[in-house]
Amino acid sequence: MTLAGLALRSLRNRLLATALAVLSIAVSVALLVGVEQVRTGVRESFTGTIRGVDLIVGPRGGQTELLLSSVFGIGAPTANVAAATLARWSAHPAVKWVIPWSLGDSHRGFRVIGTSEAFYEHWRFRDDRRVTVTEGAPPAALYDVAIGSEVAATLGYRVGTPIVVAHGLREGFARHEATPFTVTGVLAATGTPIDRSLFVTLEGMEAMHADWAEAAPGTPPAIGSAPGPAPATSPPRRREDVAVDEVSAFFLGTKNRIETLRLQREINTDTGEPLTAIVPGVALAELWRTIGYAENGLRLVSLFVVAVGLIGMLAAIYTSLDARRREMTILRAIGAHPWQVAALLVLESGLLGLVGCLLGVGLTYASVAALQPAVERAFGIHLAARPPSATELGYLAAVIGAALAIGLVPAWRAYRNSLADGLTIRI
Amino acid sequence: MTAPAAAAGPPPAVAVRDLRFAYRRGPVVLDIPSLEIARGTTVFLHGPSGSGKTTLLGLVAGVLAPREGQVLVLGTDLGRLSPSARDAFRAEHVGYVFQMFNLLPYLSVLENITLPCRLHRARRRRLGGADPDAEARALADRLGIGDLVARRVTELSVGQQQRVACARALLGRPELVIADEPTSALDADRRAQFLELLFGACAHAGATLLFVSHDRALEPLFAASLALPALNRAAAAPAVA
Repeated sequence: MTLAGLALRSLRNRLLATALAVLSIAVSVALLVGVEQVRTGVRESFTGTIRGVDLIVGPRGGQTELLLSSVFGIGAPTANVAAATLARWSAHPAVKWVIPWSLGDSHRGFRVIGTSEAFYEHWRFRDDRRVTVTEGAPPAALYDVAIGSEVAATLGYRVGTPIVVAHGLREGFARHEATPFTVTGVLAATGTPIDRSLFVTLEGMEAMHADWAEAAPGTPPAIGSAPGPAPATSPPRRREDVAVDEVSAFFLGTKNRIETLRLQREINTDTGEPLTAIVPGVALAELWRTIGYAENGLRLVSLFVVAVGLIGMLAAIYTSLDARRREMTILRAIGAHPWQVAALLVLESGLLGLVGCLLGVGLTYASVAALQPAVERAFGIHLAARPPSATELGYLAAVIGAALAIGLVPAWRAYRNSLADGLTIRI
Repeated sequence: MTAPAAAAGPPPAVAVRDLRFAYRRGPVVLDIPSLEIARGTTVFLHGPSGSGKTTLLGLVAGVLAPREGQVLVLGTDLGRLSPSARDAFRAEHVGYVFQMFNLLPYLSVLENITLPCRLHRARRRRLGGADPDAEARALADRLGIGDLVARRVTELSVGQQQRVACARALLGRPELVIADEPTSALDADRRAQFLELLFGACAHAGATLLFVSHDRALEPLFAASLALPALNRAAAAPAVA
């Protein structure tokens, strides 16, 4: 029987105390790894909000503002981009496709976005997933609207539900009563702001405003009302009848990704309409750095929990030591070296740490697997059961290392005792 | 007990010369000019509590190191060995039986008996290639606990536990067996019975038995008897509270 075998037997003999020590470590480790998993999940969900788009282009302004208003639907765009400018850039030889993006309306607190078919074709999120419909089809006609999954769930809308859109973002203010839309599609859940948006065609967006300008002449003009079609006596019926004058921003994809930075510079320095082009990945990373400090707080808390777990283990090992002084003396009497006695204790606490870590990691993965759908539904955070990252492995190594180090304390005491006690055993 | 050193033959099991010992900051507790125990004998060492019996055993077992003088076990001067070498020497040559609570509660009877052989290769080599489990069973049979080897030690009576401890001390046939008041938890009938078994097993193993007790009733059963107060000059000093 080796020392390890002896350590195992000894731990098994004190099953309850051992189980409690292991459990306290396992729970701490599970919390630590769990926080890390959630942190990574949040970051990946955040940075995965937009993929496949090479540049976001909007009126000249701050990069964060443009990112927030276009991708996250936070804040309102300060200016617009003329349709002619959009057409000019989409015809640029380096540009493969553009997704026009028209903002400014809401429906019961959810944003309404005017865009084109290119959105459903080119927009990607998370791991290269595209926007799909679970029911119906993307908007094709003028008064068609597709709704995000959260909109559908919250408002109880289905394909065929007629809805009315409000101008601006507040409800009950200037409703576009004359232009009722009909839900034609429900989009699949994405875990991104798309779930909380409604999508119409660019022309549909424009038609609301034409209508609004006509209904209340003299009141603040709807965006781009002047050069539009002459005030109609009745709302337009077909997309062809509506001319699009402006968009809020647009997303573009390049033919060759290498062109991206050159194109960005070209757009930013163009002498025509002043525009700002941003690289989504860079802007997202920058935004994450500013808002991501909260995650450090989380990590700090879980580190404290691990510390408490380890101290609990130290207490468990230490209190058992007095009761085991006789055991140490017996081992000494049959010829064990003091270092073997000390090693036995270090080995025991190391084993506790190891088993605690394994159990904790298992616990985390089990809970991630069990809670993943619910978390994604409730918070839009996609928790993937990833293999432990280098950071997590580092944590685990640190916990086992700390367990071994903590074992050194009673081991040192046992070493001293076993020398000082000689063969006199105090009960 | 001082005997002239034999010109030929193996050295005595234990020889003590001009030994002085004190715990770290304490007074001198042992001061023994001379003591010798011949091989193959059974020696009864007695003295009242606090007369330094357990300290002397610690020195002979090599757990403690003498401050002055020599402790020779089987001709080896333990004071000249490093602590680690003393541990190895003890593992190889000495079997030890405590007063009580001798066994590791989480090991079976058989595992307790074979533990020294499993922890130390030198002790194992003394079995001459024989299977430790088989040897342990044979010893257990000899000590009348052959049918208990698979049991948990916590299920055994104190008397049975003492026999297991004896089997552990004797496995691998160490030259010296030290027993520190192993009978104090037994009643008078069982004491005699236990000693009979212990003597038999020691004789069979060829071991020298150094038996410590304050119970003078056992003295006649042994081949030789030593009174520690008579040997220890430090015992005359007033006891320290």
